[in-house]
Amino acid sequence: MTSTSQAKPAEQHVAPQADHGDPARGLIARIADGRAWLFLAGLLICFEIWSRLAFGVTFVLNPFNLQSIAIFAVAPLLLATGQTFVIISGGIDLSLGFIMGLAAVIAAHATNMAGAAIPLPLAMLAGMLAAVIVAGVPGIINGLLISRLKVPPFIGTLGMFGVARGAAFLLAGGTTVPVQNSWFALLGNGKFYGIPYLVLITAVFVIVMHYLLSQTRFGQHNYAIGANVQAARRAGIDIKGHILRLYVLSAMCAGLGGALYAARFTAGAAQAGEPLLLDSVAAVVIGGASLFGGSGTILGTVAGALVIAVIQYGLVFVNVEPFWQFMAVGVVIIISVLIDQAQRRFSGGRQDE
Amino acid sequence: MNSTDQNTPLLEVRNLSKHFGAVRALSDFSMAVRPGEVVALAGDNGAGKTTLIKAISGVFQPTGGEILLRGQPVAFATPQEARERGIETIYQDLALADNLSIGANIFLGREPMRKAFGLLPVLDRKAMAEAARETMKRLDFHVSRLEAPVSNFSGGQRQAVAIGRAVYWDAQILIMDEPTAALGVPEQRKVISLIHQLKAQGRGVIFISHNLQDIFAVSDRIVVLRRGVQAGERKISETNHDEVVKLMVGG
Repeated sequence: MTSTSQAKPAEQHVAPQADHGDPARGLIARIADGRAWLFLAGLLICFEIWSRLAFGVTFVLNPFNLQSIAIFAVAPLLLATGQTFVIISGGIDLSLGFIMGLAAVIAAHATNMAGAAIPLPLAMLAGMLAAVIVAGVPGIINGLLISRLKVPPFIGTLGMFGVARGAAFLLAGGTTVPVQNSWFALLGNGKFYGIPYLVLITAVFVIVMHYLLSQTRFGQHNYAIGANVQAARRAGIDIKGHILRLYVLSAMCAGLGGALYAARFTAGAAQAGEPLLLDSVAAVVIGGASLFGGSGTILGTVAGALVIAVIQYGLVFVNVEPFWQFMAVGVVIIISVLIDQAQRRFSGGRQDE
Repeated sequence: MNSTDQNTPLLEVRNLSKHFGAVRALSDFSMAVRPGEVVALAGDNGAGKTTLIKAISGVFQPTGGEILLRGQPVAFATPQEARERGIETIYQDLALADNLSIGANIFLGREPMRKAFGLLPVLDRKAMAEAARETMKRLDFHVSRLEAPVSNFSGGQRQAVAIGRAVYWDAQILIMDEPTAALGVPEQRKVISLIHQLKAQGRGVIFISHNLQDIFAVSDRIVVLRRGVQAGERKISETNHDEVVKLMVGG
C-alpha cells in the first residue's frame, strides 16, 4: 500500500453523465404498461370476427352486449379497485369476497328494517350505508392484525375470509335475504339514458379511487411502501396508520360491491362475492400490477376487469361451453405476467425472482 | 480535542458512550465537524462506527455524554427529530423508493400539493420535478428524464438522489455510511465529487468508509475507532495509509 495523501481540488470533479435515455425501451415499457387495454382491444376484435363469421351479427356494436359486459364487470371491478391499493402496497386481501357477501346480507337486512320506519328511498340509502360501514369492521381488524401484530397479509386476511364467511351465512340464516324495496330494485336494474345505474355508480367510484391513488399523498405513500418499506419509514411516513387505512378502504370497496349486488338481485346472499375474489386479483394482475408490490394503476385494473368480463360474456355469446372461460382467463393472466417479467428484463430494472 | 478553531463546530460529540448491557459499544468518544469539513470515520467491523452514527442520528439514545449542534446541547428521541435539526443520514441501502421519480423521492413523506380547478387538492408533480432538476443541478448532475423511476438510474446516480434529498431539505450535516461501497470505480469517483460539492457548500460531512483511497481523496481529517474507543485522530495532510491501518488494527 503506497502512502500518498492526495488533496483533490474541488473543481476537478468528474461531471456525472446524464441518465441513459433509450426511446426503444420507453416504447416497450409503454406497451407493457398498456397491455391490459391491448388485450381488451384484441379480445373485442376476436369476438367481433367470431360472431360475424359464426352468426352474421355484430358483437361490439350491439348496445345490449356492452351493457351486459359492463354489468358483469361491476362487482369484480369494485373488489379489484380495493385490491389494487392493497397489492401495490405489497399485500393481498383474501377476505374481500366474503366481506362483499357480508355487506350484501347487511344491505338487505338493513334496507328491510329501515323500510318499516322511514320512506323507501331513505331506507335504501341507509341500507347501503350500513353495508359499507359494517364492511369496514373486518377491514379494521385486517389492518390492525397486519400493521400492529405483524401478521402476514395472506394469513391475516385468510383468517378474516373465514370469519366474514361465517358471519355472513349466520346473519343470512343460511339462505338468501330478499329485499322489499322498489327503489332498491330500481337502482339495481334501472338505466339512465341506456346506462345502468350500477355502471354509473361504479364509474364515479372508480374515478374517485383513481384520483386517490394517483393524485394524493395516500396514493404516493402506497407506492413507496410497496417498493421499499424501509425507505418509506425513514421518510417519516406513518406505516402502521397507512396499512390500517388501506385495509379499511379495500373492505369498504367490497362493502359497496355487496350493496350493489343486493340492489341488482334484490336480495342479499352470503356467497355473493365468493367467485369474485380471485377474479379481483386476476384483474389487478392483468391490469399491470406486480404481486411483489410497488406497481399498478386503477386504469389498468379497469381494463383487467373488462378483459375478464369480455371473456366471460363473449364466450357465452358465441356459444362456447362456459368451462372454457376459466381456461381463457387463466391463460390471459399467465401471458400478462410473462409480459411483465420480460419488460422488467428489458428495462434493466429490479427483477422479481 | 478542544479546537482552537474560531468557528464553532457544526456538530460536536463529547464523551459519548453507548452500552448495550455489559457491552460497551462506544466509550467516551469525542469528535467535532466544522462547516465545510469532511471527517472520515474509520475502523474495523464492530469498532463502533455504526453505533456512533446511530447515536448521532437519533436511532439510539446515548448512555452518556452529549451531542452539541452549533454549540447547543441537543437530544434526539427519533431520527425524524435529528433530520428536522439538519442531520441527515444516508444509508448504504439508499432508502429510495425505486418505483418513484427523483422528485417524488426527494419529497417522500412531505409531498407538495396544489389545487386543481381551484378546489381539488392534487400532488404538485411539476413542483417536484422542478425541485428535482434544481437540486440535481446543484450537485452538477444533469438529468433529463425527471419522470422516470429511480430504478432506471445507475448506482452513483441513485446515491446522488439520496444526497440530493438531504441537500434539498437543507441538511447541514450529512452522515454517509459507505457511500461508495456498492459502486463501480467511475461511480465512486462521481460520489467523491459530490462530497467535494457538499464541502464547497459549507456543509459538514461524516464519511464512513473502508476504502482508504476514498478517505484520502475526500477527507480533511480522519478519526479512527477501535473497539468502541477513539484510537486516534489525524489530519489527512499529516498522515498516510500505513499509519491509519496501524491505528485501525492496533499495535
